[in-house]
Amino acid sequence: MSRIKYINNLLETGEVSCVELTKKYLDSIEKENKILNAYVKITQETALKTAKKVDEKISKGEKLLPLEGIPMSLKDNMSTKDIETTCCSNILKGYVPIYNATVWDIIKNQNAVLLGKTNMDEFAMGSSCETSCFGGALNPHDIKHVAGGSSGGAASSVAGNLAVYGLGSDTGGSIRQPASFCGLVGFKPTYGAVSRYGLIAYASSLDQIGPIASCVEDAAIIYDAISDYDSKDSTSRGSRTKTANSLNKCIKGIKIGIAKEYFEGIRDDIKSSIQEAVKVYEDLGAEIVHVDLPQIKYALPVYYIIACAEASSNLGRYDGIRYGYRTSFYSDVDDMICKTRSEGFGKEVQRRIMLGTYVLSAGYYDAYYKKAQKLRGSIVKAFKNVFDSCDVMLAPTVPTTAFELNFTSKDPIETYMTDICTVPVNIAGLPAVSIPCGFDDKGLPIGMQLIGNSFEDAVILNAAYQYEHQVKNKIYKQTDIGVRI
Amino acid sequence: MSWELVAGLETHIELSTKTKIFCQCTTEFGGEPNTHCCPVCIGLPGTLPKLNRAVVEYAVKAGLATNCRIRNISKMDRKNYVYPDLPKAYQISQYDKPLCEHGFITLSSEKNINITRIHIEEDAGKLIHERGDTYVDYNRGGVPLVEIVSEPDIRSIDEAMEYIEKLRLIMKYIGVSDVKMQEGSLRCDVNISVRKNGEDAYGTRTEIKNVNSLNFIAKAMEYEFNRQVDILESGEKIEQETRRYNSELNITEIMRGKEDADDYRYFRDPDLVTIYLSDEEIKKFKDDLPELPGKKYSRFVNEYGLPEADASLLIKYKNVAEYFEKACKNIKNKKTAANYILVQIFRRLATDSEKEEFNISIPPEYLNELVVLVEEKKINSSMARNVLEKMLDTGKPVKEFITDEDMKGIDEETLRKLCGKAVKANKSAAAQYLAGKEKALGAIIGYIMRETKGKADAALATEIVKKLIRQ
Repeated sequence: MSRIKYINNLLETGEVSCVELTKKYLDSIEKENKILNAYVKITQETALKTAKKVDEKISKGEKLLPLEGIPMSLKDNMSTKDIETTCCSNILKGYVPIYNATVWDIIKNQNAVLLGKTNMDEFAMGSSCETSCFGGALNPHDIKHVAGGSSGGAASSVAGNLAVYGLGSDTGGSIRQPASFCGLVGFKPTYGAVSRYGLIAYASSLDQIGPIASCVEDAAIIYDAISDYDSKDSTSRGSRTKTANSLNKCIKGIKIGIAKEYFEGIRDDIKSSIQEAVKVYEDLGAEIVHVDLPQIKYALPVYYIIACAEASSNLGRYDGIRYGYRTSFYSDVDDMICKTRSEGFGKEVQRRIMLGTYVLSAGYYDAYYKKAQKLRGSIVKAFKNVFDSCDVMLAPTVPTTAFELNFTSKDPIETYMTDICTVPVNIAGLPAVSIPCGFDDKGLPIGMQLIGNSFEDAVILNAAYQYEHQVKNKIYKQTDIGVRI
Repeated sequence: MSWELVAGLETHIELSTKTKIFCQCTTEFGGEPNTHCCPVCIGLPGTLPKLNRAVVEYAVKAGLATNCRIRNISKMDRKNYVYPDLPKAYQISQYDKPLCEHGFITLSSEKNINITRIHIEEDAGKLIHERGDTYVDYNRGGVPLVEIVSEPDIRSIDEAMEYIEKLRLIMKYIGVSDVKMQEGSLRCDVNISVRKNGEDAYGTRTEIKNVNSLNFIAKAMEYEFNRQVDILESGEKIEQETRRYNSELNITEIMRGKEDADDYRYFRDPDLVTIYLSDEEIKKFKDDLPELPGKKYSRFVNEYGLPEADASLLIKYKNVAEYFEKACKNIKNKKTAANYILVQIFRRLATDSEKEEFNISIPPEYLNELVVLVEEKKINSSMARNVLEKMLDTGKPVKEFITDEDMKGIDEETLRKLCGKAVKANKSAAAQYLAGKEKALGAIIGYIMRETKGKADAALATEIVKKLIRQ
């Protein structure tokens, strides 16, 4: 079932060479990306060079590392040396980093075949990928719908079979929501499990890198490769256990918590899909327990206050002085900075910078930022209590299926509301994985998420894997779209 | 009407750790622009700071040396403001949980200047204006600083000067900073107000930003004091504002008013973790502290019996004090050793910074040998002075310039004979002495010294000659 293992086997047995495989993906990208807009930069040369290296290794009869030779994509907010990195913002157009993000360094050393950098909402601010300065990425299930966001390009690349997997980042749902929209597995690890060094910050206390893949086992393999302590990131902790080896654990007797608060305002077909999933878990011997989590009603405002506050500070550095875009006409340095930012940042980014600046300002700090921090503490505590009475939580990932194009440009608040199910775990720093659990009447995928206690990443991946294994014929057949190897 | 000055200082001191506060770049001063930089200290997108623990250690030592309480739990905050020399558009600093609090420095008058807090932060880069353009050099960006904030306890310019000098000396002694003002490693913001003598309430204060020499601080304070007094005496009010010192015109001028004050939007830096300091660690830092200048001064005066003026000159430069301690080892009269340093050696060191460096050709052990010979009366002081000059010129030890013969000295009998000869040879000088001209003796003593190649004990010779002439 694991695509990564499948390809690894094809390569090692010589059924396909890495160069052939890479070319196949590059050809698909050439054809499909014009429509899907999953990639904003295609790194053909790097990919083929690495593929050749892998083939040489194979010809010598050497064993391959788990991610070696596997064609993949990176979200465009991860710093890649000598490869333009823009965060899909005009303000960073032309910016070519001089250093690698730690995650890229890790998998690059494993000879991962980078096909390109994927589309995203500008600076990861958005839920549809449509705030990207390159335009949105489309949903391979139905191109009248978005791939989701902010890691929409990553999801589109995997669902469209333009990459075996993609690395995305999740600040308030940016891995899980597009994975849910595109019928994929999206895993947001515990905060601190994967190094943030080189991830261009949106909201530092919430950002976390993770995989978007076509199955749980792939997500686990990728997670195992990238989760490591990094001395360059003070908030890095590394992971507690390797997850891929612990996917076959029986979940009989495991307690799955359901909080009704997660189901308020959720579309009925999504609710009933999750009811079905609950039944599957019961069949597998899990015990369903009802838990209370009233604090999550504060999660959305808390998220937007903290994320925007941090963003307003993180994005201060884009001033046109050292790198990226600079306005053409200006009278002095203040005028230059002001014009550069006004022209370089899109509307949504400007909105969040203003919001964040406001909540940190003297006179408003206590009413907004300080209060949000307090509430963040109470949300962390509430989750802790919940995990005293259950092992994992089961909840919807998004209240809807994939948005139609241009839905998010209508009303920002309404769009923010759709993050309701994903933001709580970022606030609490917990791991969560979104997996497909059905389709709506238009044939668009529905996702559900399993949420775990801090550093219990292996527990939720195993629970997700058991479900996936149980229902694979029902759900996964239909998700296998796009080009075939 | 007489007015009282009230001032508090915010002193920024660069710490002399090898590497910067959040990356591995060197803190070395100067260098080609932007060569002491890396992705972290120029704030490239995606980079993260990593706190250099040595900076915490240095700041805690600074706190302990100024009688501060040290926090066991501390954190870093972001101070947001936009300026081209600040590559992240925020400075990582400490806001409400500084490492050190509630300290003081005691002035020579025994008055304490209280220290509110000491916190750590990163320095910014530097703007360079050249050929009509402005460039930024980020070499200094990320160099660690401590900001030492005093209470408004300073009442005169002299107190301010002494406070800064004391602070500077302490930092040098404990080895946390070179405190070179010319390299900008000590800079002050001066908060200043005036009030009528005898009044309790403080007046409205102004802040003079970023003054970078002692001389300028004194001048800026003087100007600002007079400016505020003039305003108040003309019946007007002081505006709370931020000012800068213009050294060319010797005035302070307004930078911004209260309503334009920056809103720094401080918040905890989410990229950095809590700083923990255990009591054991703090105790270890305290035990590691060397003797501080105040204590050394008292010891020099009370135990070594040095005059206060000598003691304060010696402790003023850490290297000098250390040299002196070695040079006067096992010597009863410490003042002898002090004199050689303060007179003969200092004569060769014209500037303050030369004295500070105290780069002289002979090690203290050589001077010690010389002083021992003088104390044992093996050579007299005039010979010692000559020898010291030669030693300083060449860097060679005493033995190179003095033979065993020289050290035998002249026995009293020989000296008496020689004195008789000298008086005869200088009859007119003897007559002048008898007529009351004390100075005339010089010629006779000079004769004796020449004859003995300086070996004679001048004091004894003078005594004998006086007696001979009177007879």
